[in-house]
Amino acid sequence: MITPRDSSPPPRGGPDPTTDLASQHRFEYVVALADDALISAQRMGWWISRGPQLEEDVALANIGLDQLGQARTLLAHAGEVEGAGRGEDDLAYLRDERDFRNVHLVERDQSDFGVAMARLLLFSAYHAELYAALRSSTDQTLAGVAGKAVKEVAYHLDHARQWVLRLGDGTEESHRRMQAALDTEWRYLDELFDDSWVAPELIDEGVAVDPASLREPALARVLPVLREATLTVPEVLPAVGGGRRGLHTEQLGYLLAEMQHLTRSHPGATW
Amino acid sequence: MVISRRAQGALLHAGTTHAHTRAYDVAASVLDPELPVVTIEDLGILRDVTEDDQGRVHVQITPTYSGCPAMETIRTELEQTLTAAGYQRVDVEFVLSPAWTTDWMSDEGRAKLTAYGVAPPAARADTDGGPIPLTLSVRCPQCGSPDTRESSRFGSTACKSLWVCQACREPFDHFKTL
Repeated sequence: MITPRDSSPPPRGGPDPTTDLASQHRFEYVVALADDALISAQRMGWWISRGPQLEEDVALANIGLDQLGQARTLLAHAGEVEGAGRGEDDLAYLRDERDFRNVHLVERDQSDFGVAMARLLLFSAYHAELYAALRSSTDQTLAGVAGKAVKEVAYHLDHARQWVLRLGDGTEESHRRMQAALDTEWRYLDELFDDSWVAPELIDEGVAVDPASLREPALARVLPVLREATLTVPEVLPAVGGGRRGLHTEQLGYLLAEMQHLTRSHPGATW
Repeated sequence: MVISRRAQGALLHAGTTHAHTRAYDVAASVLDPELPVVTIEDLGILRDVTEDDQGRVHVQITPTYSGCPAMETIRTELEQTLTAAGYQRVDVEFVLSPAWTTDWMSDEGRAKLTAYGVAPPAARADTDGGPIPLTLSVRCPQCGSPDTRESSRFGSTACKSLWVCQACREPFDHFKTL
């Protein structure tokens, strides 16, 4: 289990504490990025067989698959950085809720299609900027993941954009529901750009991207879509957040229970 | 073995060089499990094959999309095919960088896809996370008509989109440009 190692002194004669702390910071950064992608992928998977049309089932499944692929490489990398022998499956299936570091935006139920599209618009605009910047990370694996993901995310963003335009600038009813969905999701936007949890050294060393620096370019992708969709930029107070510190909404627990139960009930099962 | 100019250019572009070893030729014969008419070399997934004097083979392949579920099958196929060809030990490594692009698909690969009923990707436009470039026309692989429309940007696998031909009314897959 991941417990903050810096809360207790490193064991005598153990690894160099400076290196240990640096890899702990990098581990936490990579895990947070991985968890955003993993939990979003799991929510996307919920839509399979429930989309408004067959093509939409396929689209959301594919978007989830891209995110899952990103998450897998990131989790495997986090395991290597940690150096404690945990692999991608250990990190995905055997961590408890408090050890997940994803933002609240991606973890909540999205069984309303408008909510799913509003969220995908915000999340993929952020993802597009994050991965574009991470391509020049000094961490070669992060740069490699980003180089692939940036092209995939362009398709996600475009998909969300098309639906937000269609629903926002559609009928009176579709406009009302798209606006309501946007109002709900907008509260969770700020947490994406919170930089308080990223160790400053990681940013200085060019490993991590300062999340705060992504706000302006990400919004520059979102705002023209809202304008064209005749939607109003919500004026709402940001939600409390806390995902980066392992504090989550009740809904994440249910998601993890479903995602993890097979591995936990049948440890080591293969097929 | 003949490598098309496009494939050569792609390999040079990616900074990969490989000797035309027997191991390379064996690895290059492995078919893509989801599009079993094209080889992994046709698709540009096969990046490098090296062989040491102990007969050990190291193969590098790159996924098309991050979540491509075919990668594990391709790894198994490579191991089995090379083992059957007499190589004692085979390592298959996934490399992410440089990121795969449909530009690495060979001319033969494109022709085989068309014959199989999948419209091949257009020349690449570097999206850089920006807007998806409009595809002006995707030619119907059945009747050749350019009068086609996209019915869904996401298809049966991560790398394909769904199209319908307005001329012959047949639906078809298009290998997305990436």
